[in-house]
Parts: sequence; structure tokens; C-alpha cells
Amino acid sequence: MMPDLGKYAVEVLSAYAASLALLVGLVVLTLRRGRAARADLEAAEADVKRNG
Amino acid sequence: MIALLIRDLRLALRAGGGFGLGLAFFLIVTVLVPFSVGPQQALLGSIAAGVLWLGALLACLLSLDRLLALDYEDGTLDLLLTAPLPLEAVVSIKALAHWLTTGLPLVLAAPVLGVLLNLPGGGFFWLVVSLALGTPALSVIGTFGAALTVGIKRGGLLLSLLVLPLYVPTLIFGAEAARRGAAGLDPQTPVLMLAGITFATIALMPFASAAVLRMGLR
Amino acid sequence: MSIWQYANPVKFLALSARVQPVLWVVSIAFVVVGLSWGFFATPDDFRQGSTVKIIYLHVPAALMAINAWFMMLVTSLIWLIRRHHVSALAAKAAAPIGVVMTVIALLTGAIWGQPMWGTWWAWDPRLTSFLILFLFYLGYIALWEAIEDPDTAADLTSVLCLVGSVFAILSRYAVQFWNQGLHQGTSVPVATGGRTVADVFFYPLLISMIGFGLLFVALVFYRTGTEIRLRRASALRARSERGV
Repeated sequence: MMPDLGKYAVEVLSAYAASLALLVGLVVLTLRRGRAARADLEAAEADVKRNG
Repeated sequence: MIALLIRDLRLALRAGGGFGLGLAFFLIVTVLVPFSVGPQQALLGSIAAGVLWLGALLACLLSLDRLLALDYEDGTLDLLLTAPLPLEAVVSIKALAHWLTTGLPLVLAAPVLGVLLNLPGGGFFWLVVSLALGTPALSVIGTFGAALTVGIKRGGLLLSLLVLPLYVPTLIFGAEAARRGAAGLDPQTPVLMLAGITFATIALMPFASAAVLRMGLR
Repeated sequence: MSIWQYANPVKFLALSARVQPVLWVVSIAFVVVGLSWGFFATPDDFRQGSTVKIIYLHVPAALMAINAWFMMLVTSLIWLIRRHHVSALAAKAAAPIGVVMTVIALLTGAIWGQPMWGTWWAWDPRLTSFLILFLFYLGYIALWEAIEDPDTAADLTSVLCLVGSVFAILSRYAVQFWNQGLHQGTSVPVATGGRTVADVFFYPLLISMIGFGLLFVALVFYRTGTEIRLRRASALRARSERGV
């Protein structure tokens, strides 16, 4: 399945590993921040409702 | 306008005004270079032009945060905003004052420091010319950075982060002109590019700096 | 009804909610297909061996690094001229994505050049320009974080983006001048958009580029939504503190 990368195996694999790690990291951090923001907004809106 | 210039010059020149600090920094950095790269004359001579340009640039950078911060703190900046003088003229005057008290001394000191770094004979003239042409651009671009960070506490580091990438083209052409001069090659192209950058930034950056000041002080 | 209706945060959030599911699915699909095709099913290059496979990461990332900044430039102008908060927040949202794309471009570019240059880094004009772009991104993000008032932050970062764009272009030419002709033949073999690349490499590259582009759009929609919610939450808190 894995293609024969020859003598550049380390380079190619590290390029792919680093890039995918960065992309996944970006998406994960984005989603976490987004969820926190939604929760924050709901809390603020609930406060307003309670206190008028 | 002249009054503002004289006031800024006087403030910079009196005790505690910071005059001479840029020069001292330039000297210290130059002295540190042989300690970091070794004292071989040939090596020093080959890097002298570039190192001196970098030292001058960093010395300019360091004196930028006093450019506007002091006036901001004591309320002078708010007064200047409402003064009849256009804000673009005010920031131009401030940049000029910065150049007169920081850039120009560096230009004059550079040949002396060039001796310390074994700058080749042909390099002295072009080092001075390139610095004389380039340091005004550094002052004007630096004023923009100072305007961006004027209200920010301890904004000095942020100021450096913002201004240094903006300094790259000036540094590239200025140092290249000085290097070519030192190597006996023709420095015409980088000198012309440098002149272009300086005149363009002197003409245009004040508008950006003034706009940013208005935004930041609203 | 024109595109400007989406300057309204509520309408924007509604559009975002409708559009995102499709965007995420399609973008991830394109990225996976493009990278897999490129990694598993393309031949090696005559000169570069298997390192040519890095092209499927490097070119799309580099393209998006530049496009992200360009999008920030446009949205910053819209903020300065029309004062639409959604636009300013979109620029803020795009910056971290641009940073990641720039870093990927730098890392893959350096790794790709290693067999050619024998070192892990070389001051190749293209790589150097991306390094400078990285610094511009950092400054932009740092300025957003440093200013308390959101509208002032939007104003200052917008002007920085404008001025930065001019200097970034100027730097590009300065860097080419600075390092001209030294690595002409052996510079990082980045094809400009695929036209000089053979067909067998071109299609997976194109799919990967589309994937990266759509992923950028999906992330910008999501992150702008986050910024809108954060802004609204702090506005609500400020109002209730004032006893309104």
C-alpha cells in the first residue's frame, strides 16, 4: 500500500505528518474556541433574561 | 510648524531626553560584533557594511517608542489633534525630529565605527550615502509604527514586531548599496531603489500615520 | 437583496449555518482525495524522486497563505469604508488560518528543498518572502490582541493590513533583487499554479488546491461566527453592567 519513497522517505513523510498535524490542530482549536464562544453567549443571554 | 520642530528637538536634547542613547547603542553593538564572530580582519571587513546598516537600523528602532508615547502620556497629543496644524504635518515634523536626533548622528558616526570593523576604503563613502538616504525612511516608517502602538502599555516589543518587517526593503537596498560600494562594484541600482523608497515613504506614510493616530486617540 | 445583507450579523450567522455542513464535507473530501491520489498514486519525478509528492501540500498551502492575506485586505477595506463589523471580524478570523498556511508552506518548502540544497533552510527568494509574510501575519494578530476597544482594534489592524500589503509586495521585489540568480535553476521547484506541471501531477494538485481553498472558506465562516458571538456576549455583559 505504502509507495516506495526511496531515499527521500523521511523528508516526504515528515512533510505530510507536519502539515496534517498543523491542519488538524487548527481545526480542533477552532472548534474548541467556537464551542466556548457559544457557551459564553448563552450564559450572557441567560443573565440578561434573568436580570431583565 | 517650526515651533513644534524646535520643541521636539529641545525635548530630545535636554538631559533625560534620550539623545545619544541611539548613538551609544550603535557603538555598543558594533563593539560586540567582533566578540561574536571573531576578530579576523578579513571576515570583519566583509561583513562590516551590512553589520553597520543593521546596527543603525536597530538603533533607530529603539528610539521610536519615545517618539509619541511621552506626548500621549502628558496629553500633548490630544492637543495636537485639535490644533490648526494638520495632523499629517505634525507626524512629519515628529519624524523629522526623530531623524535629526537619531538618524543623522548615526550617519555621522558610521564611518568611525567602520574603522573598528575594518570596512574597506571604498566603502566609507557609500556607507554614509546609503545611510543618509535610508535613515529618513526608517524614521518615517517608524513613526507609523509608533502611531499604531501609541496607547498600548509596554508596546515597545509590539512596535518592533510591527516595524521590522516594514524595514526589510529599506535594509535590503541600503545594505546592498553599502556592500557594493565596499566591494568596489557599482551601487547605482540599490541606491536608486533606496532613494525611491525614501521619497515615497516621506510623501505617503504621514497620511497613514495621521489616520492611525486619529483612530487610536478617538 | 444584495450581498451586503450579510453585513447583518444575524443574517450572516444564518447563512453560515446553512452553508457550513456542505463546505466542511466537500472541502475535507477534496483534501483527502487530492492528497491521497498524490501520495499513493503518482509517479516519482525524474530529478526530485519522491519529494515531488510534497507539491500537493506546498502549492495549495502557499496559494492559500497569499489568498488569505488578500481576503484580509479586501475585508479590511470594506470595514474602513462601510463600517460593517462582520467584515472586520472576518479579517480577524482569517489571520490565524493564513498563519498556519504560511507555516505549512515554509516547512514543506524547506523540506522539499533539502535534497536540492543539502541544508534544512536556504534563503531562496520564495521561501524568504513567505518568511516575511509570516512576520506580517504575526504583527497583525498581535495588534488585534493588544488593543482593548474592538472598533479601534479593527481600525488599526485594517490600516496595518493595507500598509503591510504594500510593503509585502515591495519586499517581494527587494528579496528577488537581494538573492537574484543564485538559485535560479535549483530554487524550490514550485510550479506556478500547475501550468508547468505534467498532467499526471496536475489533477491531484488541482483537487488538493480546491480542497485547501474550500477548507479556508469553511474555517473563515466558522471563525467569523465565533467572533460575532464573542462580540455579542461582551456587549451584553457591558450593557448589564451599566444597568441598562
